[in-house]
Amino acid sequence: MRVHDVVVVGSGLAGMEAALRASQDGELDVAIVSKVFPTRSHSGAAQGGIACAIGNQDPEDNWEVHMFDTVKGGDYLVDQDAAELMCKKAPEIIYELEHMGLVFNRLPDGRMAQRSFGGHSKPRACFAADWTGHAILHTLFEIVLKRKVKVYSEWYVTSLIVRDHTCHGVVAYDIMRGALEVFKARAVIFCTGGYGRAYKITSNAHANTGDGLSIAYRAGIPLEDMEFVQFHPTGLYGSGILLTEGARGEGAYLLNNDGERFMKKYAPERMELGPRDIVARAEQQEIDEGRGINGKTCVNVDIRHLGKERIMERLPQVRDLAWDFLGLDCFSECIPIQPTAHYSMGGIPVNLDCECVIDDKGTKIDGFYAAGECSCVSVHGANRLGTNSLLEACAMGAIAGTSAAKYAKSAPDLSLPDDADVEAKREIDWLLNARGSVKIADLGDELQRTMMDDCGVFRTEAQLKRQYDVVKNLQQRFQSIGLSDRSKTFNTELLGALELSHLLDFAEVIVLGALNRTESRGGHSRKDHPKRDDANWLKHTLAYKDVDGPRFAYKPVTITRFQPQERKY
Amino acid sequence: MAEHTTFKVFRYNPETDSKPYFQSYQVPLQGGKTVLDGLNEIKGQQDGTLTYRMSCRSAICGSCGMVVNGHSKLVCRLQIAEVLKNFDEVVIEPMRNFEVIRDLVVNMDRFWDKMDKVTPWLVADEENVPATERLQSPADFNVIRDASSCIMCGVCLSDCTSLEVDSNFLGPAALAKAFRMAADSRSVDREERLLELSKEGGVWDCARCYECVQVCPKYVAPMETIMKLREMTLKADLVDNRGTRHVEHFTELVLDSGILDERRLPMKTVGLTDLKGMLHMAPTGLRMMLKGKMPLIHPHIKDVDELQRIAHKVEESK
Repeated sequence: MRVHDVVVVGSGLAGMEAALRASQDGELDVAIVSKVFPTRSHSGAAQGGIACAIGNQDPEDNWEVHMFDTVKGGDYLVDQDAAELMCKKAPEIIYELEHMGLVFNRLPDGRMAQRSFGGHSKPRACFAADWTGHAILHTLFEIVLKRKVKVYSEWYVTSLIVRDHTCHGVVAYDIMRGALEVFKARAVIFCTGGYGRAYKITSNAHANTGDGLSIAYRAGIPLEDMEFVQFHPTGLYGSGILLTEGARGEGAYLLNNDGERFMKKYAPERMELGPRDIVARAEQQEIDEGRGINGKTCVNVDIRHLGKERIMERLPQVRDLAWDFLGLDCFSECIPIQPTAHYSMGGIPVNLDCECVIDDKGTKIDGFYAAGECSCVSVHGANRLGTNSLLEACAMGAIAGTSAAKYAKSAPDLSLPDDADVEAKREIDWLLNARGSVKIADLGDELQRTMMDDCGVFRTEAQLKRQYDVVKNLQQRFQSIGLSDRSKTFNTELLGALELSHLLDFAEVIVLGALNRTESRGGHSRKDHPKRDDANWLKHTLAYKDVDGPRFAYKPVTITRFQPQERKY
Repeated sequence: MAEHTTFKVFRYNPETDSKPYFQSYQVPLQGGKTVLDGLNEIKGQQDGTLTYRMSCRSAICGSCGMVVNGHSKLVCRLQIAEVLKNFDEVVIEPMRNFEVIRDLVVNMDRFWDKMDKVTPWLVADEENVPATERLQSPADFNVIRDASSCIMCGVCLSDCTSLEVDSNFLGPAALAKAFRMAADSRSVDREERLLELSKEGGVWDCARCYECVQVCPKYVAPMETIMKLREMTLKADLVDNRGTRHVEHFTELVLDSGILDERRLPMKTVGLTDLKGMLHMAPTGLRMMLKGKMPLIHPHIKDVDELQRIAHKVEESK
């Protein structure tokens, strides 16, 4: 058994911010547990920028404008107290990162430069070329090294130990040695990221299988607003690899097969800089109506007019990605793109202190916290604005670290339940001895393909019902899988099976949540219910694990400053 | 085009194999597939035991460094078709200069240990911290921009020819990180860093083979950052080390006779008072003499003054 005061699961932006805050005064023993090495975390793939209303580019900007853009962007499902907290905290976070050594683009006077982004009414994205997430991830990691925070890299957390509404720690599997160990902790912070891997076309890494979500779900914690999946408008055609929204921030055009800037039909004022849900739907509609490029399921992004110099200064990775993955020269050619599963607005429900709260009465799981994409606080509501995720990860990660530390300092030292790792052991033993004929790769492929087709940008009742049957069938067939690798050393096949079982668990929650919600709001778009329905659906979904599948409940949205109104761009 | 591509993959499981071997797989080839797609195809459909690291599949996480047909690459951004332009099959091995754990997975401790040695964080003025950001001009940002794009994949260490013979060498990635910190306009510890980096294992031990620049998947160009660190070291007048003496005496000796005098260079670089150092060099000197690479009587070129005039002009133009 390993004992720490605070265990942070996940080592992306939220995880490292949390660990740094929790260890700040040196009083607590803090450890990060991550299934990848910290610098491999998917936060590093974020490209375009981090939102912060410091007004370097436009002095008229302030936290309140940022908050309004965020609330409107989230189609009014945003909890406005959380959005206010995040937008107010943004300058502190960004200056702190800069003081740590962050390498960011600058204005001629030496202050940080800022660029425009979809759904933001002011240019407020601070950025490092088009590798902003990378820059922040590595800066935070440098401070993790400096602070000598203990990191368990390549340890896979299999379960959360919760008894009587109290968290006691986690069970984790050491990938290198193939050993299962219990981590006792006074506080556990989940910063485990998203689940783009539930979809065939995704910007997400292979590691993004949303394990943290179903681990919490299996431990009796509900999942909030899981039907809201963000599709990013510019995934490279065929693979879904992210091409930054920063390209549009710098002035890129979106073109259909007729060479038309089709966004004028969908967001006449903001054009290509509309929020992601609207732009992704516009693209999908162009494709569905036969105006995809040469009849294919893609439209074009055109950055040729920006010129080589600006592209190399501000969008160098765009050029590399187009070349490496499509063999295209973006200086002289358009790049084919399509909507790509990108971000989870939903997640583990938490309050403003990042404490896990499991119902509408504020009932907590003591000692359990969540921050970043795996959590739902909810600053993004039904649709996240670009550059708000890096801000949320850093700001809420920091808050989670601070509040978990405060709790850990006063929490009683509880004895671990005897059966803490029984279920985890059973799961791994079962998988290592699984001799069925079903291939996990086939189940994964089928899940991804069908989720893309029937629970994607647009949804209907018929599609979602069909998809529910598919997911139930896949869960059934999972019982007959066969694995060939019984090795203890770096058994990646075993990990793949664990990850798939998680995907299958919460895919059911996504599909049923989407089936229940008979309206269209933000990233959830029902063709059979095309209007937003505030009278019935201005509320958050909560899905609890029950014997036969998820049980649904709802809780109200916190509205403080901005009353819901029609959303126009 | 053939319907299948042969993947010849290095295999080793310490639990079951006494030594490594190669295993061949036939991968159905479709347009636009990467080498990583090929490995995933094998793992998903043919052999679940094949073991490798991967994550982002867009060349930003740095997980999937491997040796492909002789050179280290990120396999996620390498198209199979690209490999087949020069080879009949795709041969995949684990990264070099690292211990193999299983199949294509290596122990990266060596990478992080070296990184740890260069104080891999910014040391800035902590007493006068402004309320907002520290200012940095776009020009100063540009100095460190490319070096900061390092994703720590380890590909440069894998192909580093100096590290191959000198495990003490800090290697390209750590030195690039050191450059990124030392060259940052906000840094306050440049001198200490340069002093540290000019010791053995540091900037002077790079053999300038250029491999790391060739294989780096990002914009780091590690060797170029090492050369910049050397320049900074010389500018800071940190000359009391073998590396600097080597550079200075190399130039001096060439200008003296027009040809490098291999007999005098080691003596001047190591210093005659360093007996241990001289003894260490002796076997190399002897071998060079036996192979005829170091004649006993050092020749001079004709018109050496012409060369000196050119050197003078170059010096003036700096």
